[in-house]
Amino acid sequence: MSSFTSNEILAEFMKNKIGLVGVGILIGLFTISIITAITIPAETFREWNNPTIWISYPKTSQPSWVNYFLIEKIPEHKILDSPAIGTQTSGEISVISQRFVANYQYDSFPSDFSHEYTAKYSGTPLFEMSVTRPDRLQLQLISSSLPLSQEYNVYHERIFSTDGSIRKNLQQYQDNFEFLIEDMSAEDIIFSRTDVNEVLKGDYVFTVNLYGVDSENKIEESSFIIGGKAFGLMGTDELRRDLAIGLLLGTPLALFIGISVAVGSVVMGLVYGVYAGFKGKYTDETMMRLNDVVYALPALPFLIILVATVSNSIFLMVGFLMIFGWVGIAKVSRSMALQIKTRQYVEASKLMGQKDRKIIFKHVIPQLLPYAFASIAISVPAAITTEAGLSFLGLGDPSFPTWGQLLHDANIFGAAARGLWWWVVPPGIMIAITGLAFVFIGNALDTIANPRLKR
Amino acid sequence: MGFKRFIATRLITMFGVLMITVLLTIALVGSNMDTILVRGVSFQVREEITENRALVQGFKDIEEFDAFVQSKINQRVKELGLDEPWYSPQRLGLTLYKILILDFGHATFLTSDSGSSHVKDIIFEKLPRTILLFTTATIIISIIGIFLGAYSGNKIRSKVDRLTSSFAVVSSSFPVWWVGMLMIFVFAFAYQIFPARATPTIPITDPGYFGALLYHMILPIMTIVIIGFGAWAYLVRNFMVGIMQEDFIMAKRAIGIEEKKIVYTHALKNAAPPILTVLALSLSGSLGGAIITEAVFDWPGMGRLYFEAISVMDLPVIIGSTYILTVFFLASIFLADILYGYFDPRVKTGS
Repeated sequence: MSSFTSNEILAEFMKNKIGLVGVGILIGLFTISIITAITIPAETFREWNNPTIWISYPKTSQPSWVNYFLIEKIPEHKILDSPAIGTQTSGEISVISQRFVANYQYDSFPSDFSHEYTAKYSGTPLFEMSVTRPDRLQLQLISSSLPLSQEYNVYHERIFSTDGSIRKNLQQYQDNFEFLIEDMSAEDIIFSRTDVNEVLKGDYVFTVNLYGVDSENKIEESSFIIGGKAFGLMGTDELRRDLAIGLLLGTPLALFIGISVAVGSVVMGLVYGVYAGFKGKYTDETMMRLNDVVYALPALPFLIILVATVSNSIFLMVGFLMIFGWVGIAKVSRSMALQIKTRQYVEASKLMGQKDRKIIFKHVIPQLLPYAFASIAISVPAAITTEAGLSFLGLGDPSFPTWGQLLHDANIFGAAARGLWWWVVPPGIMIAITGLAFVFIGNALDTIANPRLKR
Repeated sequence: MGFKRFIATRLITMFGVLMITVLLTIALVGSNMDTILVRGVSFQVREEITENRALVQGFKDIEEFDAFVQSKINQRVKELGLDEPWYSPQRLGLTLYKILILDFGHATFLTSDSGSSHVKDIIFEKLPRTILLFTTATIIISIIGIFLGAYSGNKIRSKVDRLTSSFAVVSSSFPVWWVGMLMIFVFAFAYQIFPARATPTIPITDPGYFGALLYHMILPIMTIVIIGFGAWAYLVRNFMVGIMQEDFIMAKRAIGIEEKKIVYTHALKNAAPPILTVLALSLSGSLGGAIITEAVFDWPGMGRLYFEAISVMDLPVIIGSTYILTVFFLASIFLADILYGYFDPRVKTGS
């Protein structure tokens, strides 16, 4: 072991390709974390486990990019929430109309559709919904008046494709179709060709009209959803949550857990080991016996008991992980301190009457820094996988959606055995990539710290 | 310091660690345990009294009955020593003594497959299955690892060597349980070869049970082996690289002994001590990991038992299985220590 300057270390590191790859991945992960912090509102983070937030999303749908690889395109889940709005007033009657345009190019029927809106009105305005199909056929879906109200009223409604009046209205178009539509669901009729029951591709325009006498009438927060089996970049899970958001939220959490546990346990182990080695004699003996005891404790069962009985807060979990992380580092840094202790400059400063604390922090620990940085990098993956493992067992902090928790939910809903690969594969790959980045960096630092390892 | 003395100090340390582990476990779950025990006692007492019809009819009103029940409960609690806190020396001593003689009491919720609620019965039913799974896996891993490692250690920088080394690094970054989920996806969903749940569906008394258990074991074993053998091969390779540079190997080469024979008999023999040590250590490590691996595959062993006990807070089972897990963990560390000390005389002299 020899001493280094930081410039030398940097120069050595730049020569190590694998180490640079590790740094590259790490920079990528930090960028993702920053993007996450900026783009995803804190509210989504808090409401991750709140099902009402995710209600308009589809259940267990595949990522939408799978359609690039499929010949039979699966319908994409479409949330249309910026309609073209038009208002007309002719005499006393005012009409508010909203048009939702959907380009439907898939090979199977949508699973359902729904329309959610908030109307502000007085009196009993007439609510109408119709669809114009690519073949110019217009189907009237709903025509009903909103509940009577003398005052200016706020009315919220969600109309589903299973609605009875939609079914009834559609039956009057039997003559347009060459097959029996009596027992078919609304979406299978609307999106069907007229000669055979197959998907008619093209632009569908859903129009919503509100007729009233009050010009103050309004439709707000109106959105039209065409239910599909593919959604977003990473798909959704059984609880309709967008997995892309889950994966993004997990990145800063994993980095936080991994880095803070690694730094904490390496600093603890380093100071503990160096102090024991430097002091020697009985201090060394007692401190190393304590080290042996912690070393022999079965870590995972203890972590489980600690998390289950004390608290599953993520910050305490970081502390628990540190308790079991410092032991090995203390052992190695003790033996290194034993060597450094015998060097002449250390003995000289001892003879000059320097205080122990000063010698340790000025002369011994700086010599161990390359080793310390390598150990930090190498301990990060273990911390991340252990936390993921605890979360996987359902012992994680429920207010922080880590990758381990995504996998826990996946396991609970039997995602692997049901073939929901987009729920199982990405979180594990993220864990592995994060771990690999630190292993690469650690190995590169290790070859600098111990040149003997070079072969 | 002789070898006997070395073993003796080790044994004492291990025993100390064992006691500390149990004490820590009791400290962590102790207060909860008391509440649950007292609740159990009062339930039991109430039931006993209600069943005794003659006694119940002797009471004038509800209040008198309740007072009687309460006094009986207090009496029972005192008999069991539950009126004192769990950390009173008397109770702590008793608990430790009971655990040492493997008397873990009755489980609160869980039962064994054959219906017993004795924690001892539950544990000794599950333990063989965990040992079966993980010992088989470890044996397969070490066989593949030793041969692959010896091969690539002899041919540094060859294709096999590079593949082994990079596979070792990559495979160790994947959590075993996640790979388990992928295996379930591939072999239970995409190609329906193996069942997703590793618990056999036929009853334990069926003569075909053992065969079914072996069939259900294939998927977990494949997972553990895939994740484990890379690191093993890498380790053996590094030992071998060191040994192949030694003078006696050079001498053997100079004599003209076949290269294959040198690698697989002479060199491997010299690498055996550290390999055996690591084998013992990795057995202990895999037992800890068993908790999560068994949860993924639903393997009916100690790991799943532990997890179930934690999720319903069945404290006697938690304490019992922590104890057994620790005993195994320490036993393998001890074994590793002894092997190491036996093969490397520098250790036992304390230098």
